[in-house]
Amino acid sequence: MRSVVLTKGVPDFREGAVSFDEDGHLERGKTPTVMNPNDEFALKAALQTKVRHGGNVSVMSMGPPGYKEVLQEAMESVYADDLYLLSDREMAAADTWATGMTLATGIEKMEERPDVVFAGFKTADGETGHTGPQTDWCLDWPIVTHVISLDIDEEEGILRAKRLVEGEFDEIETVEAPLPCFVVTDPEFEPTYRKAAHRLTWKDLREETQDRAENFEDHLTVWNQEELNLDPDYIGLDGSPTIVSSVDPIPKAPSERDATMVTPDDEEGMAEVFEEIAPFTTGAAEAEGD
Amino acid sequence: MTDDREHYEAVVVGAGPGGAAAAATLANNDVETLVLERGTEAGSKNVSGGLIYAEESAPYTVDDLFPGFREAASERPVTENYIHALADDKVRTLDLGDIHHHDTEWADAVLRRRMDSWLAERVHEMTRETGGGLLTDVRVNGLLREDGHIVGVTCDELDPIGADMVVAADGVNSELARDAGMMDWEEPEEWFQGVKAVVQMTPEEVDERFDIDDDEGEAHLFSGDLFEGVRGGGFLYTNRDSLSIGTVFHLDSIAAQQAEPHELLDNLLTHPLLARWIDADYHEREYSAKLVPDSKKVAHPSPHKDRLVLVGDAAGQMQAQGPIIKGMNHAVTAGALAAEAFVEAKSRGKPGKAGSIYEKKLKNSGTMSKLRPTSYRATAPVSENGVVAGVTDALARSPLGSVGLTVADKLGLVEWGFNSPLVLKTLPDIRTAYATVPEVLAKATGEVITETSEVQPPDLAERIGDLTYDTDVGNPHIEVQDNSWEASGTAVTACPVSALDFGGGCYREETVKANGGEERVVSLDTQPCVECGTCAVVADTHWEHPHGGKGVEYREG
Ligand SMILES: Cc1cc2nc3c(=O)[nH]c(=O)nc-3n(C[C@H](O)[C@H](O)[C@H](O)COP(=O)(O)OP(=O)(O)OC[C@H]3O[C@@H](n4cnc5c(N)ncnc54)[C@H](O)[C@@H]3O)c2cc1C
Ligand code: SF4
Repeated sequence: MRSVVLTKGVPDFREGAVSFDEDGHLERGKTPTVMNPNDEFALKAALQTKVRHGGNVSVMSMGPPGYKEVLQEAMESVYADDLYLLSDREMAAADTWATGMTLATGIEKMEERPDVVFAGFKTADGETGHTGPQTDWCLDWPIVTHVISLDIDEEEGILRAKRLVEGEFDEIETVEAPLPCFVVTDPEFEPTYRKAAHRLTWKDLREETQDRAENFEDHLTVWNQEELNLDPDYIGLDGSPTIVSSVDPIPKAPSERDATMVTPDDEEGMAEVFEEIAPFTTGAAEAEGD
Repeated sequence: MTDDREHYEAVVVGAGPGGAAAAATLANNDVETLVLERGTEAGSKNVSGGLIYAEESAPYTVDDLFPGFREAASERPVTENYIHALADDKVRTLDLGDIHHHDTEWADAVLRRRMDSWLAERVHEMTRETGGGLLTDVRVNGLLREDGHIVGVTCDELDPIGADMVVAADGVNSELARDAGMMDWEEPEEWFQGVKAVVQMTPEEVDERFDIDDDEGEAHLFSGDLFEGVRGGGFLYTNRDSLSIGTVFHLDSIAAQQAEPHELLDNLLTHPLLARWIDADYHEREYSAKLVPDSKKVAHPSPHKDRLVLVGDAAGQMQAQGPIIKGMNHAVTAGALAAEAFVEAKSRGKPGKAGSIYEKKLKNSGTMSKLRPTSYRATAPVSENGVVAGVTDALARSPLGSVGLTVADKLGLVEWGFNSPLVLKTLPDIRTAYATVPEVLAKATGEVITETSEVQPPDLAERIGDLTYDTDVGNPHIEVQDNSWEASGTAVTACPVSALDFGGGCYREETVKANGGEERVVSLDTQPCVECGTCAVVADTHWEHPHGGKGVEYREG
C-alpha cells in the first residue's frame, strides 16, 4: 500500500507565537511556520494505513525551502519513508487552483502511483478547503471527504470510509471507493489500533523513524518547475484565477457590559454578588436579561 | 474461535519484576510472548520500598535474567542494615547484618520507575524477536473464556486475545486473580499497606550523612512507640540521589485504629532520630502508596487454573521476613519458574500442564516454604489467639518482661532473635512483636537521642498536588456500593490520600438527612486516587484499575 500525505506550512497562529503589526496584519517574517494543524488528521490516517497494511508513506508539500522543517515534523509524526517538496519562485503566490495543479503534477511524477492520497481539511491561513478537492480534480480520481474512520480492503482494492456530514442533524455516511482514491480527513478523524500486532508495528515504525527523521534531507526530493515540467501559465500567481476582493479585519467584540471588580475578602461586595446571581441558581427563575 | 482473533503463545499481564522475568524467560526459549502493561511506561504505576534481594538459594535472580541490571537499573548496593527500636526519646539500635546477608548474594535499593522501565525495554527487545513484544497503556480487564475455560484475556484498549498461557503478573489487587475466583479482597488481615516518600538529596549529601562511599548504601528500619501502637514499622533506604522513607503496616491494624497513614509517615519523618539524616531543607519528590500481600496468609498454594498462572503479588508471593520485606525477588523467581513450566509442558506436547508443573517448581525450589513457612502455620493459631496475645503483650510490658529483655539484650539474644530466620518466620503478627518488644527494649537499654527534628513534611493537599495524574474524566474506576459509614467509613482514614476533615482527598465524610434524622455516609472522588488498593479491601466498593495510561503516574515509584 502506497500513500501520500499532502501537508502545508502555515503561520503559527497560537498565542505567543503569532505576531501582528499595528493595523492587525500578520507579520509573516516574525511568525514561525508550523505544520497546518488539520494536516495532523491526514497524517494520522496515513499512519494507520501504513501500520495496518504496511507499505510506504510519502509526505508532499508545495512551498518555499523553509517548509523543509515542516516536512521533517511530518516525517516524525507519520513515520514517513520519504519527503517531497515542490519548490520554485515561479510557484509562489499560488491560489488553491494553481496549488492543486502543481501537487497533482508532483503526484503523477512519482515513480510509483500511490493507492491513496490524504489531505487535511482546510488550512489555518486560507480556510478555503479547496486544495484537496482541486488536486483531486486534476488527478481525476474518486474522492471521499470528511472522513472520520477508514478501512482498506487490499484484496478487493476498495477503501471503506465513514464520513461526517454536518447539517441540522449530523449524519455519518459509510461509503466505498475503488483505489486509487483521494481522502480528505475530518478533524474528527480517530485512528483505531485494537490489535496488539498493530500497536507493536507502530512501535517498530517509531523506532525506525528516529534515525531517518534526524537525517531527513537524505530522504527529501525537491522538484522545481522545470523538473515538474509545468506550464508557467498554470502555476504561481499567473495561474491563479482567484481574486480576493477585500479582506475584512475581524471586528473587536463590543464590550458594552460594565464589570465591577469584587475581591473575595470584601464581605459586602460578595453579598451583593450572591444576591445578583441568586435568581439564576434556583433554576426556576428565568434570566431576566439586561 | 473467531478467525481474526489475535493469538500469542503466551500473554503476560503486567511489566513489574514478575512479568519481566516471565517474559524474558519465555523469550529466551523462543516462545511468542506478548506483554501488556497498563501504565504509560512500565514502573509508572508501581511502588516498593525497595530493596531487591538476590538470594543465593533462589533458582533465578534478576541479574541472571537481565545482565547489567545492577549497573543500569538499581540505585545503590545495600550492605548495612539496622533496626532502631524507639520509645520516648530513646533508641536501641540493633545490627541486622546477619539476617540481611543470610542467603544473600546481593541486595540493591531500587526506584521502580527507573528499574521497571529499564527491564521493559529489554523485555520488548527480547519478546519482539519472538513475534510478540511489550505494549504499555493497555489494561487487561478480564479473562477470555470459551466453554467456561480460560483461553486468553480481554482488554479495554484491544480486542480479545487468545493465548496458550496467560501469566497474571498484575500485582497486588490482581483483577485476573479475582476474575478467576482465586483471590478475594475481603480480609484486611491478609494485607499490609505501604506508604512512601522519596526525599531529595544530592549524591554527596547521601555519602556524607551516612558516611558511605558512592557505591555503598544502607537500610534502616524503625519500630516502637512512634507509630501509636499500629502494627508495622518504618524503613529508610539510600538511593543514588534520594532517600526512600516509608512505612508498612498491617491493614487490619490501620483499619481498627482508624489510623491516618500519612500521619504515621510524618511521625517517622519528623522523629528526632531521623534528624541525623534529614533537615529543614526537606524536599519530598514523591508521595506514594500501595497494598502489599502477606504471603504467610495469602500465597496461593496452587496458583494456576486452566491456562492461567499467577506470579508475584498477584499470587500473594510477598514475604515479610520479620521487618525485612521480600516481594520483588520472589516475583522474579515465580515469573521465571512459570515460564520454565510452560516451556517444559509445551515440549511434552501438553501446554495445558504448565500450571501444575509451575506449582511443583515453586515447591521443589523451596520458594513456597519461604512464602508459607510451616513453622508459622504451626504456631500462629496459638500465638495470634486473642487471649494468648494479650497475655504475651502484658508479659512483655511487665517489669519481668523488661528485665528479661534487658538481660536477653545484654546476652545478645535480642539481636540474635532479630537475625534468626527461624524466629522471624515464626514471628506472630501481634502488637508484641512489632511495637511492645521494641518499645520495652528501647526504654530499658536504649540511648538518649539528642537531635531535634526540623523537618516539615508537606501536607496531604500538597502531596496530592505534586503528583501527576491523567484523569479519566467521567469514568471513575471505583464505585462505592454501600456508602454507609459502617460499610465504608474506614476508607476515609485508611485511604492514604484521604483524611477526616480533609475535603481534597478521595473519601470524605458527609452527613445527610434521612428518615427525619441525620446519617453519616461517605462520598468518593477518585481524582486524587493513587490506586493503592486499600479501599478495595476496607470499604464496600466495586474496584477496578483505571483504563490504560489513565490515573496516577509515578515518576519515582
Ligand atoms: C511501600 C512498599 C515497600 C516495599 N518494599 C519492598 C522491598 O523493600 N523489597 C521487596 O522485594 N519488595 C518490597 N515491596 C513489595 C514489592 O513491591 C512487590 O512484592 C513487587 O512489586 C511485586 O512484583 P510483581 O511483579 O508481582 O507486581 P508489581 O510490581 O506490582 O507489577 C504489576 C504490574 O502489572 C501492571 N498491571 C496491573 N494490573 C494490570 C492490568 N489489569 N492490565 C495491565 N497491567 C496491569 C501494573 O501496572 C504493574 O506494572 C514493597 C511494597 C510496598 C508497597
Ligand atoms: S481511593 Fe482507594 S485505591 Fe484510591 S488511594 Fe484511596 S484507598 Fe487507595
